[in-house]
Amino acid sequence: MKRLTAILMLALLPLGGAWAAIDAFEFDNPVDERRYQALSEELRCTVCQNQSLADSNADLALDLRRKVYEMILDGRSDSEITDYMVARYGDFVLYRPPVTPVTYGLWYGPVALFLLGTVVLVVYVRRRGRAADGEPETLTDEERKRLDDLLDKGDGR
Amino acid sequence: MKARFLIPLALFFALLGLFYFALQQMNAGEYNPRDIPSPLVGKPVPVFSLPSLKVADAQVTNADLTAPGVSLFNVWASWCVACRQEHPFLMELSRRGEIPIFGLNYKDERDDAIAWLKRFGDPYTASGYDREGRVGIDWGVYGVPETFVVDRNGTIRYKHIGPVTEKAWREKILPVIEQVRGEL
Repeated sequence: MKRLTAILMLALLPLGGAWAAIDAFEFDNPVDERRYQALSEELRCTVCQNQSLADSNADLALDLRRKVYEMILDGRSDSEITDYMVARYGDFVLYRPPVTPVTYGLWYGPVALFLLGTVVLVVYVRRRGRAADGEPETLTDEERKRLDDLLDKGDGR
Repeated sequence: MKARFLIPLALFFALLGLFYFALQQMNAGEYNPRDIPSPLVGKPVPVFSLPSLKVADAQVTNADLTAPGVSLFNVWASWCVACRQEHPFLMELSRRGEIPIFGLNYKDERDDAIAWLKRFGDPYTASGYDREGRVGIDWGVYGVPETFVVDRNGTIRYKHIGPVTEKAWREKILPVIEQVRGEL
């Protein structure tokens, strides 16, 4: 069990940001550094579309991280920085895009699927329950006789 | 409802059909899952001023793009394979004098870029040299080549991602240019 736990933890290791790109950007205070980290995880790399800026080693991701860094040093707020990116790359750069008719599917799709699944499950379970209730519990005379014979045989041993 | 067991099979074939359709569209160049619709279409061009790639001490600015009326703004680099692919067609456009083409030489080495133009020809009225890719970010560039149609008021009217092929020109880019010219 211990070994299993260890293997599972090793498997989960990459999820902990072990692959996050490391840049030599220096900040004068830890708050800005945390903002930089948070922003580069919120923004999508536009060339490697399933990675955030923080995850990606693509050239463009590096350029965009540098832009974020410069804007933070410039004293821009988080929303100014994300607005800047959105103005150029669209909502696509946000890993949490705003709720608009275009993104309804994205935001509400999972909930809808979950509800649909629940409904299907409830209907299925009910139907099975009803089917089980409806089954005749009595045996025909012939069946009862066969059952008795079988049980008798068992006893005889 | 005897055929209920066929429902998953039917769903499977429906999905298969969908995937096949998407692949066909990708092959035909109608659909690219990597395309990101640009929010810059309909917006004024970003303000920039870059050193000219070829002319020492000269600048290429956003004002240059609008001076001749409708123009193309093409993002290219000597390291970009697809740029090689579209290059002969840009040369042809420039030979035919269809439209002024401005270049954004994106994240390139100046010597490499100049050698590239010498070798394959230079279709550009002028190219700005964007060593660090900063102007590229302002234009929302994420994959080279990209081509913008800019009207005389300096508004971006269309963005084409990927190489400008004869087909893309005929079906997508030229109609926009004709429409923009019609507005004069």
